[in-house]
Amino acid sequence: MGRYVIRRLLQMIPVFFGTTLLIFLMVYVMGDPIAGLCGDRQCDPATAAQLRAEFGLDKSVWHQYLSYMGNIFTGDFGTAFNGQKVTELMATAFPITIRLTVVAIVFEIVIGISLGVVTGLRRGRPVDTGVLILTLVVIAVPTFVTGLLLQLLLGVEWGIIKPSVSSEAPLDELIVPGLVLASVSLAYVTRLTRTSIAENARADYVRTAVAKGLPRRRVVVRHLLRNSLIPVVTFIGTDVGALMGGAIVTERIFNIHGVGYQLYQGILRQNSQTVVGFVTVLVLVFLAANLIVDLLYAVLDPRIRYA
Amino acid sequence: MPEQKPWDETTGSGAISGAGAGGAMDLAVDEGTTLEKTPGGPEGTGPAGKPRSLWSDAWRDLRRNPVFIVSGLIILFLVVISIWPSLIADQDPLNCDLAKAQEGSRPGHPFGFDGQGCDVYTRTVYGARTSVAVGVLSTLGVSLLGGVLGGLAGFFGGGWDAVLSRITDIFFGIPVVLGGLVFLSVVASSTVWPVIGFIVLLGWPQIARIARGSVITVKQNDYVQAARALGASNSRMMLRHIAPNAIAPVIVVATIALGTFISLEATLSYLGVGLKPPAVSWGIDISAASQYVRNAPHMLLWPAGALAVTVLAFIMLGDAVRDALDPKLR
Repeated sequence: MGRYVIRRLLQMIPVFFGTTLLIFLMVYVMGDPIAGLCGDRQCDPATAAQLRAEFGLDKSVWHQYLSYMGNIFTGDFGTAFNGQKVTELMATAFPITIRLTVVAIVFEIVIGISLGVVTGLRRGRPVDTGVLILTLVVIAVPTFVTGLLLQLLLGVEWGIIKPSVSSEAPLDELIVPGLVLASVSLAYVTRLTRTSIAENARADYVRTAVAKGLPRRRVVVRHLLRNSLIPVVTFIGTDVGALMGGAIVTERIFNIHGVGYQLYQGILRQNSQTVVGFVTVLVLVFLAANLIVDLLYAVLDPRIRYA
Repeated sequence: MPEQKPWDETTGSGAISGAGAGGAMDLAVDEGTTLEKTPGGPEGTGPAGKPRSLWSDAWRDLRRNPVFIVSGLIILFLVVISIWPSLIADQDPLNCDLAKAQEGSRPGHPFGFDGQGCDVYTRTVYGARTSVAVGVLSTLGVSLLGGVLGGLAGFFGGGWDAVLSRITDIFFGIPVVLGGLVFLSVVASSTVWPVIGFIVLLGWPQIARIARGSVITVKQNDYVQAARALGASNSRMMLRHIAPNAIAPVIVVATIALGTFISLEATLSYLGVGLKPPAVSWGIDISAASQYVRNAPHMLLWPAGALAVTVLAFIMLGDAVRDALDPKLR
């Protein structure tokens, strides 16, 4: 187990550097970050040169990348061009997005897996067909359309929720945005669980458990579900990173000031330090989630051993 | 984000465990739970004793599948109107009259007018062209690039394979919408090409993984070993023996991905970085409509409905094709 973790951590290193370099290059070609600093006017050449030297923009891209990475490992994510520390921006933005993601994941787990189990055990019945069609529709309607429609109906027409979330973003205001963020993944979790349950329901160990006279509930939860959850856990694990990155759309619709909002602002204002910093953290989250998922396999399925 | 997800049940846990990293993938093979299904190969013989191929079997299944017929007809309709939109819309989508802004439906303008006074019906019809073009062209690009690179990695294995696996890991680490914002925000072009280029750039690793896994499975089959023993060259083995039998999972994932690419284009256009205004796109129209949604919901509902039906049709087609091509369900 220990050796496996170390091997995986070593494998993460090239991925981490590759991803951050890719984003760094993208941001670098994104345009001249100084141009946005003087408002709509053209910058005075002397001022521009001074700003360039101040932010280290006069060096080569490799030099910039290496010194940026060096700073990150000392916890210095740089300063946004408005003078605010990027770490300060993160401290306000990440808790909000993490709350939103947690709400979304809870929806995925509770609703997705329950629906998957119910439909998987009743394959071909009306409830199964109904849920399957529903998931198809949810997958087909893009998140921003779902979000806008829910905002229109629940927020504007019926007044059940506030159409835009306040800047502190308390948990109760995040329920509907969380559902919107989760919607597509929720449909995938349902379908994945359904397939997995339906496949395993005919397995020998399930028949044995039933033959032993175990109550149905115990057969389903302890035997069937535990064995069927591996692909689902993989999906949810990799989804954590995707949800945090994909929150841009949801945060834009409901005006939530989280990671997506900061990134959107950073990109619009060509604020490379903010963009690269936030993306770096998101990549780390994604990699860590993947590692945890792989370790969870061994917990869920004792047949899997990591040497 | 929807874009990375079409590998739900499609490919079994071969692709799923691959999402972790190399380690998990080896493990799945050792467990013998996945990658066992052989996509293709002649199986079953017809009544006349003539062996039927996987493809003719699949085609027979598809013709009887109502889901395939319905989604196929919708897609056929979309393709026709995206080539000849003037067949059903005789106006110009860019011919707008501000005086009619946000007005509801009236004879000759069944869907009403948008915020600029453009005819919503005409714009919705013309929007199909963008979506179909982006979907089809990016799927072709992604399948070619991903299929070839993934297939070669699976065939040759070794260092090539390790490098490719790490590269796909790198691309998987980038959230798609975010990458799109960064990458496309500099592009000023109002054509579909930058969006297609971006989707191909970030989409190919997904297909490469599927193709790699599929080729590794097929490579171990007896007929490939026999061809090798008979002295077939690498290129002959790849083209004659492996490619036809390994391509089914790639086609399935690519068909489902087509729908998600259309959805991605609309999302990027909604965020203002996909297609830019003189272009006609459902994403742009939905984005514009979201400001007026309280007064003129028809502006939002028509393009959004068209988008949803289109994506749904492609996903249903992918589902039907998967059911037909997956021998496990027979």
